[in-house]
Amino acid sequence: MTGPVEASPAKQVILAAHFPGVNNHTVWSDPQAASQIEFASFEHLARTAEAGMFDFFFLAEGLRLREQRGQIHDLDVVGRPNTMTVLAALAGVVTHLGLAGTIQATYNEPYEVARQFATLDHLSGGRAAWNVVTSPDAFTGENFRRGGYLDREQRYQRAAEFVQATRELWDSWPAGAIAAGPERGVFVREAPPGAFAHHGEHFDIAGHFTVPRSPQGHPVIIQAGDSGGGREFAAASADAIFTRHSTFGAGREFYADVKSRLARYGRVPDELKVLPGASFVLGDTEDDARERAHHIRRQQVSPQTAILLLEQVWNTDLSGYDAEGPLPETDPEPAAPSIIQGRARQHADPMETARQWRALAEEKKLSIRELMIEVTGRQSFIGTPAGVAGQINRFVQQDACDGFILVPHIIPAGLDEFVAKVVPLLQERGVLRTEYRAGTLRERLGLGSARPAAAWAAAAQPAARATGSSALAREEQVHA
Amino acid sequence: MPEAAALHLAAALDGAGWHPAGWREPGARPGDLFTSGYWADLAAEAERGLLDFITIEDALGLQAASRYGGPDGRADQVRGRLDAVLIAAQLAPATSRIGLVPTATTTHTEPFHVSTAIATLDYVSSGRAGWRAQVSSRASEAAHFGRRELPELRPGAPGRPAGRADPVVADHVAGLFGEAADAVEVVRRLWDSWADDAVIRDVPSGRFVDRDKLHYIDFEGRWFSVRGPSITPRPPQGQPVVAALAHGPLPYRFAAAAADVVFVTPRDAGDARAIAGQVREAERETGRAGPPLRVFGDLVVFLDRDAGVAAGRRGRLDHLDEARYAPDAAVFTGTPGQLAGLLLEWGEGLDGYRLRPAVLPHDLEQITRGLVPALQRRGAFRAGYPDRSLRERLGLPRPASRYATTAA
Repeated sequence: MTGPVEASPAKQVILAAHFPGVNNHTVWSDPQAASQIEFASFEHLARTAEAGMFDFFFLAEGLRLREQRGQIHDLDVVGRPNTMTVLAALAGVVTHLGLAGTIQATYNEPYEVARQFATLDHLSGGRAAWNVVTSPDAFTGENFRRGGYLDREQRYQRAAEFVQATRELWDSWPAGAIAAGPERGVFVREAPPGAFAHHGEHFDIAGHFTVPRSPQGHPVIIQAGDSGGGREFAAASADAIFTRHSTFGAGREFYADVKSRLARYGRVPDELKVLPGASFVLGDTEDDARERAHHIRRQQVSPQTAILLLEQVWNTDLSGYDAEGPLPETDPEPAAPSIIQGRARQHADPMETARQWRALAEEKKLSIRELMIEVTGRQSFIGTPAGVAGQINRFVQQDACDGFILVPHIIPAGLDEFVAKVVPLLQERGVLRTEYRAGTLRERLGLGSARPAAAWAAAAQPAARATGSSALAREEQVHA
Repeated sequence: MPEAAALHLAAALDGAGWHPAGWREPGARPGDLFTSGYWADLAAEAERGLLDFITIEDALGLQAASRYGGPDGRADQVRGRLDAVLIAAQLAPATSRIGLVPTATTTHTEPFHVSTAIATLDYVSSGRAGWRAQVSSRASEAAHFGRRELPELRPGAPGRPAGRADPVVADHVAGLFGEAADAVEVVRRLWDSWADDAVIRDVPSGRFVDRDKLHYIDFEGRWFSVRGPSITPRPPQGQPVVAALAHGPLPYRFAAAAADVVFVTPRDAGDARAIAGQVREAERETGRAGPPLRVFGDLVVFLDRDAGVAAGRRGRLDHLDEARYAPDAAVFTGTPGQLAGLLLEWGEGLDGYRLRPAVLPHDLEQITRGLVPALQRRGAFRAGYPDRSLRERLGLPRPASRYATTAA
């Protein structure tokens, strides 16, 4: 921008509330922490997010309890409800908030997923969103008919085809298909309604869909993935991308990269929203916030958790080590079978990670636990409400993202303070709504009306030839 | 006669009501069938009438005029449905006492997902969840999944004997119920796979759960194998109520082996006694342990203050539909008071009734505002909701987990 400009309206900050997950980020040992399963907890977080004028609520999915060293992992919050059932129950509890849920493409069929999200969209008056993920492991597959294993390439091809088939099902009833005119005795304008046929490599299905076109036409599609393949998948098929890039520099790079991929699918930058997951800690002063952040980190990394986190890099049993003592002298064993099941590996090069950690531990004289507190899972935003509001706004205005999926660390009250103290500051800056207007989630996010399935398919054709399926195969992402 | 006051009543909700032309009646809300408000109003009405529970119909394919056939060209009947489990979930926070029993199919679905969905429905309703397990026998529905081919069930398919005499059909149906029994077994094991006290939140040891109280279910069957444990902790009722609709010996055995409640379709009082006898026989054959099946008689009802008006309404709707309505269950037309008499007369062997309103909301309101008071006056129905959980209301104790060890 050069020179004085007309005050162009500031970019609006998109905010979502992520129900805390089953990992050590969620602090269950705090006296404030409540049930991860009782509906009251979900209701509390959703109502808080709606009071804070958030765009949507986000609920992840679990399909197999995690294991480490061949045993069920018992140190973090364990146990989740069924995603769709909770979202449907929330649909009547909050009236404006979007309802986003993770549903695996691997252990479902398009007909059912399409039915469930179209139903949620009807019941919520147009507020449904689907976070599409695809699981990598036969371990989770042991709970399902189709088993688990698909090689990586197959898995992403299947996921892309799954989303396409789902969109075709959503398009199978035209808008206005229901006449419901008793005088002339016409219920549906065309009978039988909902005809569809999808004959692809992974799905060969045909018949009639049961759910009339929903208020959004297509519920919002979110894709979680940071790799080249994930970015391409999102550019080709998603409305929003859920990323881990929550630092400013990495965020700007990521943002520019994914938005630049849209043109080849005939899309404009506004049609794909970039939403990093982010955590936050507030304090009365910067020092106070840092102190609180450190206290939370200690709660998140108990001595037992510190050993388990270290094992995820060393890939061997370290239960004999003292968390308050020094790092093991032995090296990681990356070639051994993975000791962790049901969760993605977090470190690409364990030998290099171990080398860096050793250097850091020696330099700062850190115990295993202190090191784990230092190197894993630092909060994204730490500061005063004004400081955090300023950072969030800077990220959005300077195109490091379009907003955030906030992940509180306490169930269910972890968002209360943010809504009380940060939200009013964002509203003062004119970057967050002060009331909800009528409309669907899709409209609120500025996504425009749903693009027909046929148009998605046509746009994906040339790009699929250009990038090849191997790009998708690089994807490595689980949100267990 | 059973204890008069112990009569149970449920309402079966489907679209605009059970008569195919019901949506054309004044007062019907055909434009609202796919909205939350419609279902919330029906559930509230049923709860005001103190009904034990509502069921919500569903299927993995469109409604059809023929019981066997696939989608047809009838534009004059209701077509399309929302997912019943999700409707029930939305109703849970809006209601406080009534049981919620959605239909979910066993044939093409994942037992793991069904188990966590119903367990979660039990959480969001604080112990009011049930599940009506239903097989999907139609070839057209199998094609929606593309994973297997099912034979056409249309009677008299070319070159085959009619109905049950057809060995292809008999095998097919037996297979579907075998799979359904396995599906219910998996769902139930998963519900039990977390001990009630598995979550310990023990700060000194850093442990959130006691993993010795989480159990692999290791089910292996012909159609699927499931390792477990569930991702969802044991639901409030321990075992949510499982129901099945049954019209003959094979499904009676399925119900006896798998369900808590069976919906049956007697034609008259004698038939009701005979069916109850067959259900008890099926319980003996399958070696059922635990409480006996709660047997509910299904009836489609047209109710008006004047019996002639009810009969006229049925005639009018049959005329509009250009067919005599002939469902699988008996059809009652008359006054709520007459229906109260009939329910008590047929009562021997039955624990209660699942009434299918022919037209919604009209016939549901006749049940809640006419039939229920009539039964109450005769001392045959509750005056309130003394129980919180659906199991309690049906006289079913909360069962210990099958994995619980007696040694404490």
